[in-house]
Amino acid sequence: MGKNHSIIKGLKGLGLTSLVVAGLVGCGSSEESSGTEGAASTSSKSGEGKIELLNVSYDPTRELYSDFNKKFSEYWEEETGDKVTIQQSHGGSGSQARSVVDGLDADVVTLALAYDIDMLHETRDLIPADWQERLEYNSTPYTSTIVFLVRKDNPLEIEDWDDLVEEDVSVITPNPKTSGGARWNYLAAWGYALEEYGSEEAAEEFVSKLYKNVPVLDSGARGATTTFVERGIGDVFLSWENEAFLALNELGEDEFEIVFPSVSILAEPPVTVVDHVVDKKGTREVAEAYLDFLYTVEGQKLAAEHYYRPRNEEILADHSDTFPELNLFTIDEVFGGWSSAQEKHFSDGGVFDQIYQP
Amino acid sequence: MKKTLTFKQPSILPGFGLSMGITLFYLGLLILLPLSMVFINTSTMGWNEFWQVVTEPRVVASYKLSFGAAFAAAIINAIFGLIVAWVLVRYQFPGKRIIDGLVDLPFALPTAVAGIALTTLYTTNGWVGQYLDIFGIRVAFTPLGVMLALTFIGLPFVVRMVQPVLQGLEKEVEEASASLGANRYHTFTKVIAPVLLPALLTGFALAFARALGEYGSVVFISGNMPMQTEITPLLIMTKLEQFDYAGATAIAAVMLVVSFIMLLLINILQWWTNHRRQVS
Repeated sequence: MGKNHSIIKGLKGLGLTSLVVAGLVGCGSSEESSGTEGAASTSSKSGEGKIELLNVSYDPTRELYSDFNKKFSEYWEEETGDKVTIQQSHGGSGSQARSVVDGLDADVVTLALAYDIDMLHETRDLIPADWQERLEYNSTPYTSTIVFLVRKDNPLEIEDWDDLVEEDVSVITPNPKTSGGARWNYLAAWGYALEEYGSEEAAEEFVSKLYKNVPVLDSGARGATTTFVERGIGDVFLSWENEAFLALNELGEDEFEIVFPSVSILAEPPVTVVDHVVDKKGTREVAEAYLDFLYTVEGQKLAAEHYYRPRNEEILADHSDTFPELNLFTIDEVFGGWSSAQEKHFSDGGVFDQIYQP
Repeated sequence: MKKTLTFKQPSILPGFGLSMGITLFYLGLLILLPLSMVFINTSTMGWNEFWQVVTEPRVVASYKLSFGAAFAAAIINAIFGLIVAWVLVRYQFPGKRIIDGLVDLPFALPTAVAGIALTTLYTTNGWVGQYLDIFGIRVAFTPLGVMLALTFIGLPFVVRMVQPVLQGLEKEVEEASASLGANRYHTFTKVIAPVLLPALLTGFALAFARALGEYGSVVFISGNMPMQTEITPLLIMTKLEQFDYAGATAIAAVMLVVSFIMLLLINILQWWTNHRRQVS
């Protein structure tokens, strides 16, 4: 990766990165690049009382941040008298991170998993290695978890992870190789099996049994939602808690219900300022204030309203009817952090690939 | 006859030098430069590593699906595209213009929309899929679905290539053939088919090439099961998702080389059919 990275850097100097991207995209897809909507017009100027920030995020946070940005602009204008407009860019977490690596000037990134943000450090040194220690709670102002969405009245009586590996149960989850969110699903199942059956071998067997029950591996989380909800395929849908609530709200509680498993993973979508960009644009102060605002009472309330579990205990308690208390483990406890989880499970030739070996 | 190799054809119109320069620059900037990045990016990995990446069983399975389904789709398009073009040129009927316009729709439609629409239609509870399911035919989330999506996006190529050639075929030629005693079958195979063949081959090649690179519509209908319904462009995306630029471009390079060879072969075949026609 090292050499590769210097080539990318060199090209950027020549202003050719966009061509490279165009070349790559042309080979595979014209769809993914649509993630950077509205990103083109993000030249930012501070000092004239008018500031622009770009928040590069992933798909399911669209609604949360459009509310949050309004609140933050009001707050910032009150505090400093400066007007701040915040541009949002949403897409798959990995491809969003790639855009930033390739030169999209994001002041802050708010992605689905730390591994994607780690890459900003590893490939181009846009942020320091210890970025996750800069804000409270591993730089994760809100959390979520993995729950089951089942059809109304739960016809197969699915209560816990063990029910997912029964023979005639069909499970919908996206491909962890292409979807960041799907990696949480996979790790949640693994963590459960590890705790329940006590050994790595048993966990591997459990997870591979589970993926044998997956009839379709969508490339992203929203695609998988469509498969389950619109096409009526599958009995259980492994979903982020906030996505499950959204599906329930939008599609009616008379069709689906949420099942909370006994054990699940604490999904921590982290946030950070992109040092390289904010220092160049002179937006560090406002970018940091923006992220700090996520931790304030107002920010935490907004997160809870959008079905993300707030870190603030009191606000969490206020929403206890939405968020039942669950036995949650963290990725650091069970897998020793994202890098080692990625290495072992999702890199080429890793455990996930072995599940599908002929 | 003496042959001299010269760029500058004597012509009464000026501007060859300038337009040739623009052409070369434009194609270089737009095609050669991005494509060369594929190879430059790949060159950061050693030969052994490259070979390992591009011959992984999963990747090989995806080549088979991608090339196989694209080829099958192009064949289907060649056959039915020819029929569509024939009907549009030879017969007058009400609504002909609308049908003529419909042919171009796959060009204009974002492929992801096509993918979602096809999946909705052909999934086991979709409008068409539920009836096919009775006979045990699964389309969505199988290689058959991949082929269907690729056929959909490739249709306009054959029709639009063959149509003008058919239009240019004068009736007199066929009448002459008939008055010289040929029956309909002979008139078609000996008179019409040789003229159509080069256009048909071009249409086939274009449809094939288009299908190979297709991503948007296929990821929705294929189901993306490793070893079974993963297309090569998806694996490239998978590599990118792991920030493995070199691995992604390695597979892309293989696709590029193979498709270049195939398109070259089709071009040679086309040249050969053209040549044979002119000789006979």
